[in-house]
Amino acid sequence: MLRDGPAMSKQGSKKSPSSGRVDRWARYLTLAIASSALFLTLLYFLVLTRGSERTLTFGLSFIFGSKWDPVANVFGLAPEIYGSMLTSAIALVIGVPVSIGVAVFLSELSPTRFRAPVSFLVEMLAAVPSVVYGLWGLLVLAPFLQKDIYPTLGRYLSFLPLFQGRIYYTSFLTAGIVLALMIVPIVSAISRDVLLAVPQSQREAAYALGATRSEMVRMSVLSNARPGMVAAVFLGFGRAFGETMAVVMLIGNSQTISASLFSPGSTLASLIATQYADASTALEVSAVVEAGLVLLLVAMSTCLVGRLLIRRFLRSKQAALFQ
Amino acid sequence: MKSTRLASEWFWTGICVAAVGLTVVSLFAIVADVAIRGAADFNLAFFTKLPPLPNAKPSSGGLANAIQGSLILVAGACAVGIPIGIVSGIYISEFGSGLYGSVLSFLGDVLAGIPSIVTGILVFTLIVLPLHAFSVVAGSIALGSIMIPIVSSTTAQSLRAVPNSVREGSLALGVGKWRTTMVVFGSAKSGVATASLYATARAMGETAPILLTVGSSAFWFSGAWSPVATLTYYIYDYATSSTPNWIALAWTAALVLMLIVLGINVAVRIVTRRGAHS
Repeated sequence: MLRDGPAMSKQGSKKSPSSGRVDRWARYLTLAIASSALFLTLLYFLVLTRGSERTLTFGLSFIFGSKWDPVANVFGLAPEIYGSMLTSAIALVIGVPVSIGVAVFLSELSPTRFRAPVSFLVEMLAAVPSVVYGLWGLLVLAPFLQKDIYPTLGRYLSFLPLFQGRIYYTSFLTAGIVLALMIVPIVSAISRDVLLAVPQSQREAAYALGATRSEMVRMSVLSNARPGMVAAVFLGFGRAFGETMAVVMLIGNSQTISASLFSPGSTLASLIATQYADASTALEVSAVVEAGLVLLLVAMSTCLVGRLLIRRFLRSKQAALFQ
Repeated sequence: MKSTRLASEWFWTGICVAAVGLTVVSLFAIVADVAIRGAADFNLAFFTKLPPLPNAKPSSGGLANAIQGSLILVAGACAVGIPIGIVSGIYISEFGSGLYGSVLSFLGDVLAGIPSIVTGILVFTLIVLPLHAFSVVAGSIALGSIMIPIVSSTTAQSLRAVPNSVREGSLALGVGKWRTTMVVFGSAKSGVATASLYATARAMGETAPILLTVGSSAFWFSGAWSPVATLTYYIYDYATSSTPNWIALAWTAALVLMLIVLGINVAVRIVTRRGAHS
């Protein structure tokens, strides 16, 4: 700051009458470029709706058909929608409790000197490229799960339809488990921020009532943070729903609707990644783009809701601080 | 009563520690597997030769063209994404105090949540289909537009972190708004640089949009309007093949990619931490 002092005064003394014009232009130019965010958002909707016009005219029943058959000109997305929902649900069921554990550790339990290294390591999980998750999942995790874990699950939980049937190398469950790992960084980072936003007085109140630390966390931290945690779950869902590479490599890419988690399947994203290249007719291209449109709508609305919830939550906590 | 409360205290603490343990162990498992399996083919041939035939002798081929292609593609993406991202960040932090500014900042957050394959579809329909060709240009635009929201939100954040006294000091000296912005930008430079690096690492690791925009090639870079080989594409392609020497190369490619991506991330972390302490 001091270093800039003399330069600034020089600029000040040289200030010309045109500086007002420079400022105006700077404002307009940065405004125009920053508007690219708005432009891009509109472009996504415009291009994807135009691109899928041919299939959109067939209506919803066309989307919810269960077969993708280019020869018969039938392009149903029901198995993909099911697969996206199922794998994201598995990711949440496994990933959210782990993320909450990590967040509680970081905000409530951890000694100060562990805090930075642990959050650094968790953030590094987010830096691993998704194709590397796919590679590792396919060649290390999938064989291990198929051989050592799934048979046991199948034996003890076979009363549930989820764990019945043949165990495949690639499956909903394998994809879901890797997705769970991939959403832990984002869900735990947001949850940690949410937990840290809970006012200290709430914690002190619980301690004053004689609560132990874990009772305090449940009574005053987690219950206060619930709306913010919901936002974190939304954002994690959006992330899992749109994830492509890891899923393409781990789900088996077959058009299946099966209650068994051991069965292979496909998701919207994996359909796009595997079908765009073979799309030979205009109708098939339109159907692939339509899958992208569904993906865009779901991901964008969950992201929108998540961001709005989190803004509202943090604002309410800030307001509470000043009351 | 007391002992059950103590037990539950230990139980919940244990659960949280186990969650952290699971996460950290998974990270180490991935990194260790990539390092160990990737080390086998981590040699000169990998960095100098073109992809080998299936079942060829070890070190008869490498992925030098993919390294070249990834670097060129990411350079193109940076050329698109970083300037637009930085200027957007400047607007959001320094000029956009009104409703429109916060709308743009919010849209940035939402754009960052759009799956990258959807960006791939966008560029596929806009550029690849009309031209009937995959190209480096299409890929650079796709990866660049993925970088924009990351760069702009982090830039805006680091500009906002500059104390207002800097702006007031500058304005009090009679300096105009734009020059003041430059002064503010000067003291947020390291934050902006790390934002750009971080986004570059993201682009480097992307695969899904590459499938739809860049395609791949078995040869060297041959012009901006042609497809090019990339590390991530080859990892995907070779990992899903059933050819042992290709699978081995996929691991080495993953090792090289992780070295670049995690290297950038670690460097960014070290720089920002140092900045925070001083």
